[in-house]
Amino acid sequence: MRYSVASVIREGLFGNKGWGRAWRDPEPKPAYDVIVVGGGGHGLSTAYYLAKEHGLTKVAVLEKGWLGGGNVGRNTTIIRSNYMMDGNTQFYELSLKLWEGLSHDINYNAMVSHRGVFNLAHTPSQYDAFAYRGNVMRSNGIDAEILTREEVRKELPYLDFSEKARFPVYGALVQRRGGTARHDAVAWGYARAADMRGVDIIQNCEVTGFIREGDRIVGVESTRGAIRAKKVAMAVAGHTSVLAEKAGLRLPIESHLLQAFVTESIKPLIDTVITFGAGHFYISQSDKGSLVFGGDLDGYNSYAQRGNLPIVEHVLTEGKALIPRLSRLRMLRHWAGVMDMSMDGSPIIDLTPMPGLYLNTGWCYGGFKAVPGSGFCFAHLIARDEPHPVAAKFRLDRFRTGRPIDEKGAGPVPGHH
Amino acid sequence: MLINCPYCGLRSLEEFTYGGDASLERPDLADEDMERWYTYVYLRDNPRGPHKEFWHHLYGCRQWLVATRDTLTHQVTSVVPARDVVKPADLPEVQSPAEARPKRVAGMKP
Repeated sequence: MRYSVASVIREGLFGNKGWGRAWRDPEPKPAYDVIVVGGGGHGLSTAYYLAKEHGLTKVAVLEKGWLGGGNVGRNTTIIRSNYMMDGNTQFYELSLKLWEGLSHDINYNAMVSHRGVFNLAHTPSQYDAFAYRGNVMRSNGIDAEILTREEVRKELPYLDFSEKARFPVYGALVQRRGGTARHDAVAWGYARAADMRGVDIIQNCEVTGFIREGDRIVGVESTRGAIRAKKVAMAVAGHTSVLAEKAGLRLPIESHLLQAFVTESIKPLIDTVITFGAGHFYISQSDKGSLVFGGDLDGYNSYAQRGNLPIVEHVLTEGKALIPRLSRLRMLRHWAGVMDMSMDGSPIIDLTPMPGLYLNTGWCYGGFKAVPGSGFCFAHLIARDEPHPVAAKFRLDRFRTGRPIDEKGAGPVPGHH
Repeated sequence: MLINCPYCGLRSLEEFTYGGDASLERPDLADEDMERWYTYVYLRDNPRGPHKEFWHHLYGCRQWLVATRDTLTHQVTSVVPARDVVKPADLPEVQSPAEARPKRVAGMKP
């Protein structure tokens, strides 16, 4: 059933009894053209674009838990394309363009909100670096503005502009087209849109191994039996190493934790996304009124979907330094997602040394904004066996050949990206 | 998370900094095989379970330690001084007085 104004009015008048389920719950078939392992944002968008852009509809998405239970439900919902390195710049801009038309495209309100992203600078040198970044963005046709302290103060008066501020605001880089989207709606919307095009979305189906013929991967073993496929695509953020090991692959990936936090709901306060350049803190306000924020990685390898307390204290301290009035709020929840941190902080979308196995990994903690672009480019790679031009730099062998995309200049230390 | 420092006893995570995977073996400094260096610098086992790793007791005794920690439960099962588990062969040979800088240990950050 397509959603429309007419369908909303009709269902409103007749007790909302006619809504069908958003996607089917099919039994796995014995064989598919493509199996996408991982029913998160990236897996679901990949399946959707495989069907829509490449006409592949014998596709299954296998999810070990439930849709929205992984990182797509564990992020801070920020979308932006304020990148500077060649490769990242073009890719994230493609993704942001897809966000702009997403709700119409998938006939589901993903609540995409272009409320703007402010990157605060606290020193003249940081301000210069942001101006440089803004210029790179603008020369790539991406919107960017640089604001002075007084201009920032006019728009965000609740930041600490007092004499006592530990890190006085010097200026900001702003991308007005950046913003937020509703994370669950992205998962559900893509799932429904893929399902409507014939994709089987199979939940509670964990992949436990691969089926091989010679050196070729021709399917997976799962908790719901063996399923064969011409192509198997991995999009299992956080657990890529664990799954890849079953195929005999060793990857430039470490799994780290990132925690996120939500306060009680308050009246509208923050109508944009703010990142605190003096530390590592970012905050926005959800449509329900809660303040949603996050900070640094816990910094050591972990698969536990819970964090440690020192980081909680660290993040809250940073938030308080930036917006003093946060100290009056109660924090309702915090949680952690497992990130597959790549060795240069940039993603990998590529073929693997195993024929039939495709890899989408290394989103570090920037995976949410990449959901549409990642699926779009990954689907292109799977369908045509060659990288999409916009993702052509995200190769697996870039480390071996000396072409890492080290946006932050942190070197091969995943915890520092 | 608590780490049992062999010198200071049970201390909070906040006193330590993470030094990465301690199971890696650094190639000999004179080794010119790029494949071995690529493997050492970039590739990781990244296990979901017991993991051997370096921790620096930065805000304590400042010793480098090797801990075995479960990456799923955060349980630390053993902590030993890094000097006890690093093979002498991993230490670079000092060539001349000009190069007689403090010795570095395999896989450890300076």
